[in-house]
Amino acid sequence: MKYKSQKVAYWFFALSMLLLSLQIIYGFIMAFAHMGYDVLHQITPFNTARAVHTNLLVVWLLSGFMGAAYYIIPEEAEHELVSVKLAYIQLITLAIVGVVAIVGYHFNYWEGRKFLEIPRPLDWLVVVNVLTFLGIILMTLFKGKKRTTTSLVLTMGLVFAALLYLPGMIWFDNQTMDSFFRWWVVHLWVEGVWELIMGGILAFLLIKITGVDREVIEKWLYVIVGLTFISGILGTGHHYYYIGVGKAWLIIGGIFSALEPLAFLGMALFAIAMYRKGEKKHPNKIALSWTLGTAIVSFVGAGFLGLAHTLPGVNMYTHGTLVTAMHGHLAFWGAYGMIVLAFISYSLPNLTGRKYYDTITGLLAFWLSNIGMIGMTVAFGVAGVAQVYLERKVGLEFGEVQKEIQVHFVVLAICATFFTTGIVCYIYEFVKYGTPNDEALETIKN
Amino acid sequence: MLSKSQAKVFFLGGTIVTFAIFLGLSWNSLSNEVPKRTHEENLTPQVIAGKHIWEKNNCMGCHTILGEGAYYAPELTKVYERRGEAYIKAALMSKTPWAPRGRQMVAYALSEQEANDVVAFLKWIGNVDLNGFPPKPDLKK
Ligand code: HEM
Ligand code: HEM
Ligand SMILES: [Fe+2]
Repeated sequence: MKYKSQKVAYWFFALSMLLLSLQIIYGFIMAFAHMGYDVLHQITPFNTARAVHTNLLVVWLLSGFMGAAYYIIPEEAEHELVSVKLAYIQLITLAIVGVVAIVGYHFNYWEGRKFLEIPRPLDWLVVVNVLTFLGIILMTLFKGKKRTTTSLVLTMGLVFAALLYLPGMIWFDNQTMDSFFRWWVVHLWVEGVWELIMGGILAFLLIKITGVDREVIEKWLYVIVGLTFISGILGTGHHYYYIGVGKAWLIIGGIFSALEPLAFLGMALFAIAMYRKGEKKHPNKIALSWTLGTAIVSFVGAGFLGLAHTLPGVNMYTHGTLVTAMHGHLAFWGAYGMIVLAFISYSLPNLTGRKYYDTITGLLAFWLSNIGMIGMTVAFGVAGVAQVYLERKVGLEFGEVQKEIQVHFVVLAICATFFTTGIVCYIYEFVKYGTPNDEALETIKN
Repeated sequence: MLSKSQAKVFFLGGTIVTFAIFLGLSWNSLSNEVPKRTHEENLTPQVIAGKHIWEKNNCMGCHTILGEGAYYAPELTKVYERRGEAYIKAALMSKTPWAPRGRQMVAYALSEQEANDVVAFLKWIGNVDLNGFPPKPDLKK
């Protein structure tokens, strides 16, 4: 750590860890419901559990991105954050809005649009919160000595992510219009601007961990985010095949979304190449595992498993089935879950001054969570393919099919237990590091 | 070899061009296609009231509609055609959890009027032109 104000990042990471734990609990509630044990139906019916599960996911990822930005920007701009106090206020209000939303979901207070369930009044609070965050970041960059490509790409991703939240706040009478603009948020986030955030964080980590020259890394960063937008913006069309808009999207969406994996392939090759090229071997082995891991698993989950159902002829059958859930899990985990965990693993020693670079628990956390998540993906995938075949080819009733595939949710729960054990190890390490302190300014700089 | 500034031009240029095309196509879809394909003239106040109830209760948290939502309960875009009005109203007005095949639905106990609104919404959405979705099960005997 080089700047005192970077310490605020730690508390965003702590919030992330808390929300991730809660997310997992609600995941299990749904897995049990799918197995036929909907025991909490009165307090937490499936739709409540689902809204909580996915919203906690988004908030813990955002909290992780914000923490990462608060750490990266001072170091890249060579300037303390302009206001640490505002950053803490922003953290606390983020936590409050999150908690109110999640409690509200248990009392039928929501909006009923997948991923955007936060009710309108709370949306405005989110907007104010994010504006505060962006204000701090932009002012710091503005006052800083340097504006590096890494920090600009990261900031651009954060600014666009905020802007793209707005189309999700418009009210439409027509369900097709609703769906059309819902994707401006959901798709253009995960297959567009969030990739800039991921790319920016990844570039920063690679510069620090591999010691490869910044100019080389940042050149490839431009190429990757270029591929992202060129394929991803028109790739939105893969959600417009069957919602009530014209046939042109079948072609446009099909072609451009099929190119989207290139950006993720680029990310994976880039990380591996820089690792090979790097002379300096950073001692933080665990951060290195997560960094290479996120680049590779995101390619499998988002790139490969996305491609698997993105062509119109396939999507006609898989659209809105458990096949989507299969892809959703590994993509979110590989690209965004793992980049946040990679960053936390990298920054914790620097924030706290303790060098747990290569512990058994740390390695267990990496392997158990990844093996567990891959197992879950396979379980969702098998259930999904069976569902598609029985329901959409053979024409059995939805409910009959669900009975046939119940057993795969037992497998899901077992793999989820491995996953959870990994996360418990991760959080154990997190707690073991203790809180950030100013002595760390002297001891570990990178 | 590619230089950093060329890479930057690739990024900015590519983004601006594809985004402009995207806006153009979207504008065309929204102004020319959606009104016809969704039969906007049939969006009566009752259909809109039904959509409100659909959203207020987060029905999409268990079901899919237009293939979007959750995978716990059946896809409902064509439910009006599949089950008819009486069946749908029975599920919506039930005071105990509706559970025809074991899985429970939340007992909404809607009034007759509210149930009619939701039925109107589902009937409207069943007529939207979806390019052939959901597919006809071609192996069905
Ligand atoms: C990190 C990047 C990605 C994440 C986090 C992600 C996540 C998701 C999620 C959560 C959904 C369900 C959305 C909803 O129904 O509201 C979804 C749907 C979809 N994704 Fe991705 N995705 C990513 C990248 C990709 C890529 C690169 C492709 C294509 C090559 C792709 C193809 C699809 C398709 C075709 C659907 C629609 C599935 C359906 O029709 O039900 N995704 N994705
Ligand atoms: C113990 C671990 C977990 C379990 C048991 C679990 C289980 C589930 C279940 C049963 C669903 C609902 C599927 C449906 O609608 O029927 C779901 C949705 C979802 N979960 Fe998880 N989950 C877990 C962890 C995670 C993690 C770590 C992530 C992200 C990194 C994640 C991301 C998602 C997403 C994006 C969806 C929505 C998928 C879609 O709409 O296509 N889950 N989860
Ligand atoms: Fe997408």
